[in-house]
Amino acid sequence: MMRDITITLAVNGESITQTVPPRLHLADFVRERLGLTGTHLGCEHGVCGACTLRLDGAIVRGCLVLAVQADGGSVETIEGVTDSGEIADLQAAFHQRNALQCGFCTPAMLLTAQDLLRRGGVPDRAAIREHLSGNYCRCTGYQAIVEAVEATARARAQAAP
Amino acid sequence: MSSPLDAPSSLVGRPLPRPNLARLMQGRAQYVSDLVLPRMLHLAFLRSPHAHARIGAIDLAAARAMPGVAAVFTGADLAAVVTPWVGVLSHLKGLKSAPQYPLAVERACWQGEAVAAVAARSRAEAEDALDHIGITYEPLPPVADMETALDPATPVIHPALGDNLAFERRFTAGDPDAAFAAADAVVTADFRFARHTGVTLEPRAIVADWNRAEQRLTVHQGHQAPHMMQDVYARHLGLDLAQVRVVCHDVGGSFGLKVHAYPDEMATVAIARLLGRPVRFVADRLESFTTDIHARDHRVTARIGIMRDGRITGFEIDDLTGIGPYSVYPRTSAVEANQVVNLVGGPYAVADYRARTRVVFQTKTPMCQYRAVGHPIATSITEGLVDLAAARIGMDPVSVRRRNLIRDDAYPCDSATGMKFERLSHHAALDKLLVMMDYDRLRAEQARLRAAGVQRGIGIASFIEITNPGPAFYGVGGARISAQDGATLRLDPGGFVTCQTGVTEQGQGTEAIIAQIVATALGVPVARVRVMLGDTDVTPYGGGTWASRGAGIGGEAAWRAGRALRDNVLAVAGSILQAPPEGLDIADGVIVDAADRRARLPLDELARLVYFRPDTLPGGMQPELVATRHYLPRDYPFAFTNGVQASWLELDPQTGFVRLLRHWVVEDCGRVINPLLLDEQIRGGVVQGLGAALFEHCRYDAEGQMLTASMADYLVPMAGEVPEIDIGHVVSPTAESALGAKGAGEAGTAGAAAAVANAVNDALRPFGAVITEIPITPETVLRALGRV
Ligand code: FES
Ligand code: FES
Repeated sequence: MMRDITITLAVNGESITQTVPPRLHLADFVRERLGLTGTHLGCEHGVCGACTLRLDGAIVRGCLVLAVQADGGSVETIEGVTDSGEIADLQAAFHQRNALQCGFCTPAMLLTAQDLLRRGGVPDRAAIREHLSGNYCRCTGYQAIVEAVEATARARAQAAP
Repeated sequence: MSSPLDAPSSLVGRPLPRPNLARLMQGRAQYVSDLVLPRMLHLAFLRSPHAHARIGAIDLAAARAMPGVAAVFTGADLAAVVTPWVGVLSHLKGLKSAPQYPLAVERACWQGEAVAAVAARSRAEAEDALDHIGITYEPLPPVADMETALDPATPVIHPALGDNLAFERRFTAGDPDAAFAAADAVVTADFRFARHTGVTLEPRAIVADWNRAEQRLTVHQGHQAPHMMQDVYARHLGLDLAQVRVVCHDVGGSFGLKVHAYPDEMATVAIARLLGRPVRFVADRLESFTTDIHARDHRVTARIGIMRDGRITGFEIDDLTGIGPYSVYPRTSAVEANQVVNLVGGPYAVADYRARTRVVFQTKTPMCQYRAVGHPIATSITEGLVDLAAARIGMDPVSVRRRNLIRDDAYPCDSATGMKFERLSHHAALDKLLVMMDYDRLRAEQARLRAAGVQRGIGIASFIEITNPGPAFYGVGGARISAQDGATLRLDPGGFVTCQTGVTEQGQGTEAIIAQIVATALGVPVARVRVMLGDTDVTPYGGGTWASRGAGIGGEAAWRAGRALRDNVLAVAGSILQAPPEGLDIADGVIVDAADRRARLPLDELARLVYFRPDTLPGGMQPELVATRHYLPRDYPFAFTNGVQASWLELDPQTGFVRLLRHWVVEDCGRVINPLLLDEQIRGGVVQGLGAALFEHCRYDAEGQMLTASMADYLVPMAGEVPEIDIGHVVSPTAESALGAKGAGEAGTAGAAAAVANAVNDALRPFGAVITEIPITPETVLRALGRV
């Protein structure tokens, strides 16, 4: 087995240095090493999207990125994005419309939706569905999720100057 | 007096958002797969690569020497501490199965069956050690195909059982032979329903902890029925019930998949007992696909007789289903087939019916109850036949349904199979559906587009759903699964109410609706009610949440407890205020005069006096600010509900692709407690039915190897493939309970695939092609069109 490697990265703005086995993926790293269990594992082969987090500003599948690949990078998880208040309006819209049931898909769904919303404008429902199509939800009919994202986009567009 | 449920202040019926969602949205949930306990070990299982094999010598020495490994176990090791189980129930007459163990003993009977277990410091180290277990298998002939499972040439999987027939049921009502002989037309079809599975987004997860000092087992599990599992663990580990606590935290999806006793979970508990340390097992997705229960997998030959005027004369089915090598414990794997027999033809006033079902063993992943057990099969057969018959006599499918659906004023009545219907609303639901979808306009649009070469189809499916099951489901057959449920309420000194309930939460919103019911029963703001569930140490004894029983049974218990606590509170208030309790009421957390609504005493002040200054209460008064009530429906074995769905889709005859354009559901679950939660739950159920209709398939090769055991190969619906889904309601409350609620968790799944299949056939009609199998893949369509 390959030897452990020391990495330094920012996680939710905090500098972390840890020694990790090269095979440890980023989702396991944040879950097991840092206790950030809002990043979930639904398949560990890159399909379900439950492990979505942000690496250097872009959403990635935490199960497909090795922790060592994040060395020197900046990682944001649902916990960080919640604490910063960046998606408070989106979370409120999910709550109002009951856009989650078991909630297992939800942190990743929020990060993926925010990735679309950050591009600005008001995407139509088909575009929202398309963007969310890498994130499985097995409980809802997706409709409430689409509505919550659409409503947030509208509200943000209105609030923007 | 009209029910407080109908008062303007009632919270029941309001679209209130669920409490406590922030935890789930902020990444602060507590799923079992998140749980870490001190000294916890992780399990990985060595699983049989063969569908059927004799297990030879097992050499554990090298695995035991691997870094981080605490212990390695074989089937024989665990059989010594866990008694085997057999998944049979006495009311399913003739059902047989073989003893099952936590890890296979001597023989593995499906690809994925666990044969050895490693407990290690981390899951990764446990998996590393698996590679060092020396094991030899002697492959045995697989029994993959259910169609040949009963052939004399096919090996018998469990020789002690004599054959591969697990269960058979025959049923006849009326005179089907005469009914078919008298029919103007008889239409026969061969229906096939693929095996599929639940795919909860969080896989099965369990952390078991045997505390030697306390002699007590605590099991944290993603499960729907904690009291049932408490009984299973106690029984098979030789413990007293009181020594076992089962806790269900947040559960990442269940759908009936997490209501069974799985061998690898029994192994986890046994290993925790042996090691005296917390032990965790979280299935990875590959394990989920080969070890979570599968469902459906039916082949049904069916026929319908019809008169030229549209009257249906009779139904007949011959069902065959393969359930894997064992009937699953403790609910058994014969229930789905039994339901199919019970439910076919259910929406219609047709007295003549014959059915046979045969349930056979095979060497594939075990099958058992998954959301809407049997309903999608029965609905697809019934509604598929009705549409084929309508086409045969040249009648509109809606007209045939109107002609035959049980009249809305015919209740109470029985179905041909003896199912008791208290009150259904097929016609009202159909009327509402046609308005919602604008049926006539849609038909016109279809004709216009067809002329332009665009093939669109409309499919309709009426259905019935079994909810609120009484002991007839499991208890009478000897299963120790509670049919009744309870709720305990306590008013605390701050005027807040805690509610402990025996029903459980997996995201449906159980906690929310129980809080709404309690708040309404008692007269307090919903934010003052805190609901506790999913812990055998804490909640009243109950069945948990399955078969759409949470609202109708758990909700009614909560209602009754709320009314009982209200009586207790008003007795104390009457004594303090020197007023007759009947003249008082509770509104918004304050005792008021019932007549003029004048505020008399806030609940927190009442509670303060009761708890801290009982010396000031009038003499002899002993307040009881706790109330418990239990509930079991008694008049009917089940509360049947009904509904109807419609699908509008476009089919491309060149590529075979089907695009879903819109879907409608009208359902009648009695009183609606929270339409916001209900509608999205129905949509979720529809989407699982759409998955079955178009995508989901556990494919196997002839050797019994599963070919679609990853998420890349097994397709589930994504946001982009799912249409907008409109929901409407007709409300026929059950008179059996004050609340009047029936269940709704399975309505969406019950009829979605049937509606889609009928719509596909509607689109195919100009080509003279008919499809009677699901999933309907592009290949299925092209085959039906003779293009491949
Ligand atoms: S866990 Fe990473 S995509 Fe499923
Ligand atoms: S809410 Fe359960 S998977 Fe989306």
